[in-house]
Amino acid sequence: MAQAAIELIGINKSFGAVRANRDINLEVARGTIHGIVGENGAGKSTLMSILYGFYQADSGEIRVGGKPVSINTSNDAIALGIGMVHQHFMLVDNFTVLENVILGAENDALLKSSIAKARSELDRLEREYGLEVDPDAVIEELPVGLQQRVEILKALYRGAEILILDEPTGVLTPAEADHLFRILKQLKDQGKTIVLITHKLREIMAITDTVSVMRQGTMVATRVTKETTVGELAELMVGRRVLLRVEKGQSEAGAIRLSVKNLTVKDSRGVTMVDNVSFDVRGGEIVGIAGVAGNGQSELLEAISGIRHAVSGEVMLEGKPIDLTGKADPGELRDRGLAHVPEDRHHVGLVLAFEENENSILGYHDDERYLKGPFLDIDAIMADAKDKIEKYDIRPGNPRLKTANFSGGNQQKIVLAREMEQDPGVLIVGQPTRGVDVGAIEFIHKRLIAMRDQGKAVLVVSVELDEIRSLSDRILVMFAGRVVGERGPDATEGELGLLMAGVEHQEAAE
Amino acid sequence: MSTPYAKLPAWADYGLIPLINLSVAFIVAGFVVMLVGENPFRAAVILVEGAFGKGTGIAFTLFYATTFIFTGLSVAVAAHCSLFNIGTEGQAYIGGLGIALVCLSLDSVLPWWVIFPIAIVAAAVFGAAWGFIPAYLQAKRGSHIVITTIMFNFIAASVMVYLLVGPLKPAGSQAPQTRNFLAGAELPKLNWIIELFGAKIRSAPLNICFLLALVMAFLVWLLIWRTRLGYEMRTYGHSPKAARYAGISETRIIITAMMISGALAGMMALNPVMGDQHNVAIDFVSGAGYVGIAVALMGRLHPVGIVLAAILFGMLYQGGAELAFEMPAISRDMIVIIQGLVILFAGALEHMFRPYIQALFASVSPKSVGMQAVNGKGA
Repeated sequence: MAQAAIELIGINKSFGAVRANRDINLEVARGTIHGIVGENGAGKSTLMSILYGFYQADSGEIRVGGKPVSINTSNDAIALGIGMVHQHFMLVDNFTVLENVILGAENDALLKSSIAKARSELDRLEREYGLEVDPDAVIEELPVGLQQRVEILKALYRGAEILILDEPTGVLTPAEADHLFRILKQLKDQGKTIVLITHKLREIMAITDTVSVMRQGTMVATRVTKETTVGELAELMVGRRVLLRVEKGQSEAGAIRLSVKNLTVKDSRGVTMVDNVSFDVRGGEIVGIAGVAGNGQSELLEAISGIRHAVSGEVMLEGKPIDLTGKADPGELRDRGLAHVPEDRHHVGLVLAFEENENSILGYHDDERYLKGPFLDIDAIMADAKDKIEKYDIRPGNPRLKTANFSGGNQQKIVLAREMEQDPGVLIVGQPTRGVDVGAIEFIHKRLIAMRDQGKAVLVVSVELDEIRSLSDRILVMFAGRVVGERGPDATEGELGLLMAGVEHQEAAE
Repeated sequence: MSTPYAKLPAWADYGLIPLINLSVAFIVAGFVVMLVGENPFRAAVILVEGAFGKGTGIAFTLFYATTFIFTGLSVAVAAHCSLFNIGTEGQAYIGGLGIALVCLSLDSVLPWWVIFPIAIVAAAVFGAAWGFIPAYLQAKRGSHIVITTIMFNFIAASVMVYLLVGPLKPAGSQAPQTRNFLAGAELPKLNWIIELFGAKIRSAPLNICFLLALVMAFLVWLLIWRTRLGYEMRTYGHSPKAARYAGISETRIIITAMMISGALAGMMALNPVMGDQHNVAIDFVSGAGYVGIAVALMGRLHPVGIVLAAILFGMLYQGGAELAFEMPAISRDMIVIIQGLVILFAGALEHMFRPYIQALFASVSPKSVGMQAVNGKGA
């Protein structure tokens, strides 16, 4: 085996009582791509933050290139040749690529010499690694895929030999992700070491040489990628066998329960986010809306659920129109049988500071079942919360616990339990499994399909293509606010990927 | 992992940490006392004895505390709806106007126990009305409540100056205040309660408003944690987006919360006006509204905490007055410095010592912070 680029020995890190990392040992060989997988909260990000100097380990040793080192700040990490590409880009939006690259690495008070030097250096890096990007482009005008390249260039410019990427494909189209993988392979061929953090197992299989699995703060296994399978990795992550694709029968579509006609929505700056969109959802079917984040799906959901003002168009719920002026009462829509699981459960779907039982009535707190006159009927609310905890296997099963202390998957179950148990006719769900662990994904998908089989109309918006393909009876693809295509559940990923990137749409427009 | 630090047991959270914060405030205040050449220990003894040593002191402490309970509750109700009501001062002042109108017109014909309920309603309505305008501007126009409530404090002061040197001043009087109320508008004192415990009271203004304050504290608890309205206020307070999602009207909840807050602020005026001075004089609120902010923060926006914090500030007011009297080197302004330190450490720097205490708890007794015992290896 090649000499190790990084060795982590016996790393422990606690936040108060939470042991985010315990006795982690990890060895990453030079010139390889090493994947780290694990559910949310398994401790991946904490471990990498320790390596990059954001946190200090409580105990344990870090060796870089065989030598024990102490990394107290990210500057120490950079000096050791460690670079990090964050999930959320750390770029100044209204700076140019060049300005962003030299940020923090300026040579003197006047920028002229730094910029000249950076320009030639960037030129070399771009040629060497196939990282083309216009150095004078302003960041906010670049697509996310290119912004990510700037992040990589920043790290390389600082002399990174070891590159850590945290969930790099979360914001990319499949084509952009492929391009990123080509770049990573090229970097590897040039002798760089890459650590890839992700929860997408397919990416791990496609690109890594070795893979380590974390679960609940411990490192449970390290495998050579070629010798393992997606099934084995998923099992290691969750600690039990999981179904990656839920079984479902043929849909029996009934009458139209939700109908959207020529809907147009603008954001607060007047930019058209949803552009003349029309579709129907029938009882007994799941319609999935695919698309890269930010192509109008969020605004579409908000308009349908009465939270956001629509410029024009019509939405019919069970044959009757809903108020699109933005003054609709979401409570009234609930009464009419529309349930909404919002994309952003942390700020919209839940109040994290509330106890679990308080969240289990959010939006339904006007319901007589939970009230005694102006007072909350605490006993009824608690009984109801306990019932849902039981049915949806929400853990820990304590309705008095603060919602922020539940894991992402269990938080999502709280929202789903609340919305599904009201027996709605139409259920609209944004990002059903974002930030949800593999085990809970299976559960949530089964529940959604059960809703469908009861004859409900289900509309799902997700940026996860796998999810859309596994759940939907019909798939709509959104690009730049428009529905650019409709496909059946057997559409290939490549086909959908092209639609998501707007390829067909642009060709048609020309 | 979304919470960086584990929870402490409730007694440490609500008891130990405020106590430590308070102790540090007093230690730093002690250094200030040393700087002016006085003995900090003697100063502390005078302060505490002045507040609690004699029956009169206790009565005065509770009298001040009554005022601060009302203003603290007022700030807390708005804060639960994420509205920072700086206007308690002005709302209390205008509440005093409502009381004045009731008392001046009815005190010659009705007994106190009839006038009192009417005055409570008048104080609440006038305070609520003064809270309504900034709330309306916030809800409908997006004018920031902090700015507008501060401005309304100034407007309230101007209005009251105009009224107290003009229409409400008895003809021929040189003082900017209303005429003194007749016996019908004087509230019964509560000093006899303290005398039950054997303490002697010369003359102190403690009156039945103290009981009213305790009742209001209970009602506020009921409102916030047990009613649908309180649930909606807290939802909006934590997350306006979640409130929108849940179908809670932003306009309605902002205006309702501010009017309740204003009503509580207005009721504060009952204590000094009907309980003590028996007239409405210029600047009778004298900063109690602003103290209410500190009381609410220190009491963690919980009625029980607010009552305790109000008593602490009552002690600082009463004990501080004694201290200024006994130690000439310690002026009235020094007392304000000590109060400021308490606000600084207990309010603004509330979480300064928390990580250390949590680390201590975690290492001494892992179970107390909900941590699994780990075999072999400690944290």
